Amino acid sequence: MRNQDRIKAVLTLSPSIILIGLFVYGFIGNTFWISLTDWGGVAALAVNPVKNYAGFTNYIDLFTGFLGGGFRQDLVNAVYYSVMLLAGAIGVGMFLAVMLDSKPKGEAFFRTVFLYPMSLSFIVSGTIWRWMLSPQGGVNILPEYAGLQPFTFRWLSSTGSILEFNWQNLLEIAIYLVSAVLLIIGLRLFAKTPRQSLLWLIPGIALGLFAWLGGEMLPKALFMEETHGFNKATFGIILATIWQYSGYTMALYLAGFTGISQDLRDAAMLDGATTASYYRHIALPMVKPITISAVIILSHISLKMFDLIFAMTGPDNGQTGHPALNMYLTTFRANDFARGAAIAIILFLIAGTFIIPYLVSSYRQRRGKP
Amino acid sequence: MRLRLSFTTVALYGVLALLALGYLLPAYLTIITALKLPADISLPQSWQLPPTLNYASFTDAFTLLRPNIVNSVILTVSATLLSTVLGSLNGYVFSKWKFPGSELIFTLFLFGMFIPYQVILIPLFQTLRAMNLYGGLPGLILAHVVYGLPITTLIFRNFYAQIPDALMESASLDGAGFFRTYTRIIFPLSIPGFVVTSLWQFTQIWNEFLWGICLTRHTSYPITVGLAQLAGGQAVSWNLPMAGSILAALPVLLIYIVLGRYFIRGLLAGSVKE
Amino acid sequence: MKTRIFSTCLAVAAATMLLFTAQTSRAAELKGQLEIFSWWAGDEGPALQALIDMYNKQHPGVTVVNATVTGGSGVNAKAVLKTRMLGGEPPDSFQVHAGQELIGTWVKADRMEDLTPLFKEQGWMKSFPDGLVKNIGTADGIWSVPVNIHRSNVLWYIPANLDKWGVKAPASWDDFFAIAPTLKEKGIVPLALAENWTANHLWESVALASLGADNWDALWSGKLAFDSPEGVKAWELFGKVLAFTNNDATSLSWQQATDMVVDGRAAFNIMGDWAAGYMSTTKKMAPGSGFGWAASPGTGGQFIFLADSFGLPKGVKNRDNALAWLVLLGSREGSDAFNPLKGSISARVDTDLTKYNDYAKSASADFGKDRIVGSLAHGVTANEGFMSDFAAVMEMYLKSRNAQATAKAAQQIAVKNGIGK
Repeated sequence: MRNQDRIKAVLTLSPSIILIGLFVYGFIGNTFWISLTDWGGVAALAVNPVKNYAGFTNYIDLFTGFLGGGFRQDLVNAVYYSVMLLAGAIGVGMFLAVMLDSKPKGEAFFRTVFLYPMSLSFIVSGTIWRWMLSPQGGVNILPEYAGLQPFTFRWLSSTGSILEFNWQNLLEIAIYLVSAVLLIIGLRLFAKTPRQSLLWLIPGIALGLFAWLGGEMLPKALFMEETHGFNKATFGIILATIWQYSGYTMALYLAGFTGISQDLRDAAMLDGATTASYYRHIALPMVKPITISAVIILSHISLKMFDLIFAMTGPDNGQTGHPALNMYLTTFRANDFARGAAIAIILFLIAGTFIIPYLVSSYRQRRGKP
Repeated sequence: MRLRLSFTTVALYGVLALLALGYLLPAYLTIITALKLPADISLPQSWQLPPTLNYASFTDAFTLLRPNIVNSVILTVSATLLSTVLGSLNGYVFSKWKFPGSELIFTLFLFGMFIPYQVILIPLFQTLRAMNLYGGLPGLILAHVVYGLPITTLIFRNFYAQIPDALMESASLDGAGFFRTYTRIIFPLSIPGFVVTSLWQFTQIWNEFLWGICLTRHTSYPITVGLAQLAGGQAVSWNLPMAGSILAALPVLLIYIVLGRYFIRGLLAGSVKE
Repeated sequence: MKTRIFSTCLAVAAATMLLFTAQTSRAAELKGQLEIFSWWAGDEGPALQALIDMYNKQHPGVTVVNATVTGGSGVNAKAVLKTRMLGGEPPDSFQVHAGQELIGTWVKADRMEDLTPLFKEQGWMKSFPDGLVKNIGTADGIWSVPVNIHRSNVLWYIPANLDKWGVKAPASWDDFFAIAPTLKEKGIVPLALAENWTANHLWESVALASLGADNWDALWSGKLAFDSPEGVKAWELFGKVLAFTNNDATSLSWQQATDMVVDGRAAFNIMGDWAAGYMSTTKKMAPGSGFGWAASPGTGGQFIFLADSFGLPKGVKNRDNALAWLVLLGSREGSDAFNPLKGSISARVDTDLTKYNDYAKSASADFGKDRIVGSLAHGVTANEGFMSDFAAVMEMYLKSRNAQATAKAAQQIAVKNGIGK
């Protein structure tokens, strides 16, 4: 009986396994294979296009080639963009949730107002936001209606950038980052298990020292200097995305706060906790799992972010470029199918790293439960 | 004390009102632009009310978009239904009928969420064509079901994880098997989960553009494609796409307003404690 | 091998001859479907619809499927078309910019049928100007039927505004540089510019003025290098011109740049002549009195053209219907039904000018007498690989403003994409 049920369970799953196997892993495999060929150039669209194995040439070109500069800028954009979007949407969503959690009058109205942008398609919101952020109209001229000076920030066309770094020093920066992560983990463990923490601390310090002392000797990623940074023009796109998705994180947190029993809250208040300290010490730590699921949802949205940028700033806008957009243009406009596939694989690998926090937390949970 | 309290209340409402205003600005812009005549639309005047109201934008846009709306309804409803039901069954297996390797398979499922749509466009097209599914809605439905599975499975698995195993055991003592336990115990408890996943899937599928345009012929184009056609061309009369985008957003918006309360309740039931 | 090629040629020739004779005799009894693929929607939709209506009248048995894909500056249309062609589902006929955009992508991949027999049968060799036929063909054949001609190098302005400011439309860039500072002092943008593709569009007008028509052609035949002194000079001039454009260009659509001129926020705009359609149809302004035009500075007597055309892919389902469609497109009636609505001029030499507005009449006259050169920004002179890379090079220039380095990069992508080969 039990065994029969187990078979039924596996059988129930099998259509999904087959579909995902073919449509996800089959296609990724196919894309990976294409990324290792030289499919492109003038006869790329022949009935049976010639595809020769070319090894990792496409990847090497993208990261170190002369004409890969656009892609590298897009990659840097995507990283900054994802981080800012995560921080912004989670922060704003949490703020909204805390405010609505006190059940003000008209809570349902406010909730709907904050949630509605999520229901719009990117084509719609992209067009509207393009108007909202146009320098000679939109939000920039709003102060004029109050008799003030108009804003002059060039939302989507600013060419300035901050947090710049030289792509040549990529290896050095990567080592610093790894060392910082090791040190943080080590320091957090130090209080509990000093012995184990050394396993993290020592390599962390060693790597940091190595990069600091020997950084000059590390191989350079490029033959010339190439600085990339966070382009200010991206602010507009981040703003639009936060507008669209903060309502969703708000709903998540609101659900979390409602889930905390009223007794617990009353007890805290009786102990003399202020509202602020209630959220800081009780409510927010309790909704940590929500943050993790919000990170997963938002990060996969930010890496697929394509329609919105396309609608807001169009193709060939280096300031606001994104690898997903670059891949689309490389493949379908320039007919460089192999290179497009390589960008796709890189994008997929980056996306994969965002899922790691989730895997770690669920692994911990399973270990926690015997 | 009272004074302080009322000060915080005023501050709270002040901030909320300000934020609400900010969130509604784009909607205001869309609506007034939709009501303008093409010649009255220009950037410096974008916030001003239309000098003459042009309701025709809505009727014109509706006439143009009607076939697309029908397609989108069929597509969205069936794909949402299929992907949530499958996701629910998968979640049931992953949370209550774990078998060796099921965790690994689940993780592999999750990665499917991260595939950017344009990346797999060419193989997807070729596969659907080989399956004789190119051009119509069934192919598009299949694609949306498959790529919706990871997230629906994830939500349902987390949702079912909180249903106490004791409930399962008592069902099994009563002699209920795999499917009977599902239909008798699990499914009736899943309504909030279905609300959350359906809402998510509905929004995603209704708003998806790239596949809609690449995998169907023109008679099966969904609403987003119709909308893009309105906004395409070298010279666009912006009132039409703006009116069209309001029409396109209405069904989803309505669902959000009606189901908003259940949405939060479902999220609460689904993902809080994991 | 040789014999195989020969026999295939023979077979193809025989088949085409058979088909063409069959086609003329059975023209009235066409049945089934005809799927035409284009990116014409919105304001251009009615022009295409006029053609479809004519086709329906001529061949009532055929259902015309109008598969239009728009948006994304034409990239969406390319994505859909390429996905379909790779997937083995070619539309019966598709729109493509005449020139290298067609040849570099589709002809070199051997996906198009040679239309020379059709051109001969319909007597089109004489109906279209020689320069045009040369541009849409290769040594091996003619690959598409042009439906319209647009001009790229046009300078737009509002005559009343220019009078108010006391300036005249500049005939050369030196004239422009003489009046631009005064305009700037008055708070008027001398030259309105929009998003990135319009920078490419402006570049071709500036580069033609700097290089001259002969060198422009030499650039695309591979005889003149992009990083030659002449090429660098073009970028330098472009940089000087950019100094007088609006700094928020990248966030504007081309219409919004035109709006700047219409509203008096800017003095001039260089845009293709679809701007005339926008101003006369959407903005309801009269050509000549409401808005004025001239050849872009330094390009008087030269005509940068671009053309939309339709080709016949190999292996389509409804070949006869597609041929009948191409016959209609190339005909005088078809052309004169389409172009007045589209705001373009006919590619034919015997066009009926009474159907066109004042702008089109003047453009037609120029097309007849000017030196015709191809457009880069709109697919005539270079293949898609180059065009796509050129967008990145332009991006690099806008960021660095380094003429020397940009010219070098342009030469690199020219070599990479086989320009002139």
